[in-house]
Amino acid sequence: MMMNFGRFRILAAGAAIALAVTATTSASAATPQDTLVLAWAFDDIMTLDPGESFEISTGEILGNSYDRLVRLDLSDTSKVVGDIAESWTVSDDGLTYTFKLKPGLKFASGNPVTAEDVAFSIQRAVKIDKSPSFILTQFGLTAANVDEKAKAVDPSTFVLTVDKPYAPSFVLNCLTADVASVIDKTLVLQNVVGNDYGNAWLKNHYAGSGPLTIRDWRANEILVMERNDNYHGDKAKLNRVIYRHVKESATQRLLLEKGDVDIARNLQPGDLDAMAKEKDISFTSAPKGTVYYFGLNQKNPDLAKPEVREALKYLVDYNAIGKTLIKGIGTIHQPFLPKGVLGEIDDTPYKLDVKKAKELLEKAGLKDGFSVTMDTRNTQPITGIAESMQQTFAKAGVKLEIVPGDGKQTLTKYRARNHDIYIGDWGMDYWDPHSNADTFTSNPDNSDGASAKTLAWRNSWDIPELTKETKAAVLERDTAKRVEMYHDLQKKVLDTGPFVILFQQTEVAGVRDNIENYKLGPTFSTNYVYTVGKK
Amino acid sequence: MVAFDVPRSTVRLRATGLATTIGKFLVIVITTYLGLLAVTFFIGRVIPIDPVLAIVGDRAPASTIARARQELGLNEPLCWQFVIYVSKVLHGDFGTSVLTGNPVLTDIRRVFPATMELATLGTLIGSMIGVPLGVLAAVKRGTFIDQTVRVIGLFGYSVPIFWLGLMALLVFYARLGWTAGPGRIDVVYEYTFTPITGFYIIDAIIQRQWDALRDILSHIILPACLLGYFSLAYISRMTRSFMLNELEQEYVVAARAKGLSESRIIWRHALRNAAVPLVTVIALSYAGMLEGSVLTETVFSWPGLGQYITNSLQNADMNAVLGGTVVIGSVFIALNLISDLLYRTLDPRTRAR
Repeated sequence: MMMNFGRFRILAAGAAIALAVTATTSASAATPQDTLVLAWAFDDIMTLDPGESFEISTGEILGNSYDRLVRLDLSDTSKVVGDIAESWTVSDDGLTYTFKLKPGLKFASGNPVTAEDVAFSIQRAVKIDKSPSFILTQFGLTAANVDEKAKAVDPSTFVLTVDKPYAPSFVLNCLTADVASVIDKTLVLQNVVGNDYGNAWLKNHYAGSGPLTIRDWRANEILVMERNDNYHGDKAKLNRVIYRHVKESATQRLLLEKGDVDIARNLQPGDLDAMAKEKDISFTSAPKGTVYYFGLNQKNPDLAKPEVREALKYLVDYNAIGKTLIKGIGTIHQPFLPKGVLGEIDDTPYKLDVKKAKELLEKAGLKDGFSVTMDTRNTQPITGIAESMQQTFAKAGVKLEIVPGDGKQTLTKYRARNHDIYIGDWGMDYWDPHSNADTFTSNPDNSDGASAKTLAWRNSWDIPELTKETKAAVLERDTAKRVEMYHDLQKKVLDTGPFVILFQQTEVAGVRDNIENYKLGPTFSTNYVYTVGKK
Repeated sequence: MVAFDVPRSTVRLRATGLATTIGKFLVIVITTYLGLLAVTFFIGRVIPIDPVLAIVGDRAPASTIARARQELGLNEPLCWQFVIYVSKVLHGDFGTSVLTGNPVLTDIRRVFPATMELATLGTLIGSMIGVPLGVLAAVKRGTFIDQTVRVIGLFGYSVPIFWLGLMALLVFYARLGWTAGPGRIDVVYEYTFTPITGFYIIDAIIQRQWDALRDILSHIILPACLLGYFSLAYISRMTRSFMLNELEQEYVVAARAKGLSESRIIWRHALRNAAVPLVTVIALSYAGMLEGSVLTETVFSWPGLGQYITNSLQNADMNAVLGGTVVIGSVFIALNLISDLLYRTLDPRTRAR
């Protein structure tokens, strides 16, 4: 929403800095000693049902309140560790996964956590068929067969049967997703309306066993979590965690400086700079699973030339963008897999090289350049990057016309393949390389009526070979070999792909100094707040 | 009191007169609503945004997209979609908001009190200060006082409210610590204070929670003053020009000639006549605030109607936008009606003869 108020923000920031020079805020932490208070823009939360939610903010809430079979290993995020699963085995044919649960687990409600609950949670997520269901249905689970394929053989043993011998890393990574959260079957069944599997009730109620419980959620206002004393792991240090919805960065900054919140989560580069010298506030950051890129539509005859694709990769001033436009909120990154996920590489072969780009354009028969449009969402840092590209493209005679639009509007156009160039972002759906490979390097049907509108499809990049390779990678059961295959896919996209990946998003939070042990994770589900203590 | 002497025919005439008035009013209301709905509905459908995208997200498989399209009735012809929508609205069903998953009416019931509480206080502040300032400016026309009022008004009118809000927070909240910060209430009351009506001031009084009340007032005072200042700027300018107009009238000269005190002329005679158009000005400024001022609400993290509608609009959540539009339309119609009624009380000439 704030995109329209950029000018006001500059005014405001200017005034704020002017005042800050003459006055320090009268600081005194006002939040209760047993409560963590965070200022955060969480207007994307639509539902608290793990089977339905697919929003970023909800991920963090569910990550702190629901257990799953396995979780990401935060010391090495390309691996998983058991959460409520004590151990697991994969059958020799690669189709059957058997999970043994830890003993003595209890939900916050007091009900025991059994394999029956795990089976119910998976079955339910498949049957209600909401946005995140595909993470589970891609293993061949359907509403008709899931009762057989995901079931409890005894109270502490859960068995999952998949349809193909997938890479075990792939299946396990998917089971860390929120949609595989374990739900209190007994409690949910008490609140079923008609045939909804408790969906209406779970939208704003809680039925989990995680470190924190959800006490109250008022959309765009407040979300209150409390310690779950039945949690199986290290219990939360504080009694409660309160999220306050604060949309505006400058407002978050005032609240943080004043001590009315302990942590501010959506500080913009301008405010971050201004707060750098504040003595009771420090900053923490973590790279996230979202990459920003621009896509070149292969329906455009100029952009379809391989030399032109390569030339444009040399016509971006990565250095300048990294140093100014995305300072503090991103780091330059060129492969399509974000840092931290299995199979990532850290190659950055491209930098601004106008001479080389000119040579390539000449080879393509476009010595005098050409004109092209770019659909650009009117939010920062996208518009800033677009303007920077406009300048550097012009150096090689490429005339870039920026077509501004609202986010949903440019996306609609992109999904209809009516763009020349589209600049935007892509976040991972689940923490496995297949999530991105399946969209950047897979295009099973390049016709206009195709059902899978992958990013490759949207840019009309017809790649039968790479599609096959992507499919093979998800079935490669030797993890080392699987990693090799993703390295190869990424290099091919870097060399010839119609995607120019610019940077990987970084999340930053401003934290008051009396807060201990606050760390941002690689995903939003691993942004743990229950581990936090107060001095 | 003399009703007994009125012939029956006159009574009947009055009754039919009343019926036509009500009838006319209803026709106006209904056409206004229909027009409002039609315009918003068709604008919502022609904007180049796929509403399904907002519901199922960018990643959903084709089958889910097709199902959502079907559920939304987007496969029907546009005019038929409109007919279905209107008939649902007539049954009190505004549909479900895509963004929150709640019925639109439930959402509006939650966000509207927050906006209304703020707008009411803002208008009270604006008119209680704006009207006397305007009168003062008119009376002391061309003097230093007039110029000062003009500058105050111009400043309130031309400075971005967004900037002013942040400055107010910085000075009164962050630096001086006189008021509480953004939001409606401190988090410490989360466990003791329960919203009943959604008007927090009233809720606190009902529950006799005086600590909470103090906190709520401390939170609302800054944004209310800001909105008040904004409307003050407008109200004082309008008051001044209405008053100047009145003060030139012959009855003022006559009153002066009669030897009435100047203050009596200004406040009892001139202002009373100026009050009639002034009521419309104040009502319109109040209605404007009830739409929710997005900027103020954003700066003060006020969970009101403005933020709700803006957010919905940006996500092509058309049910919510239409529902919000109907509410705002109703507010305008109701306020128009109230100011019409106030006219009659204030101005004997407009009473039905």
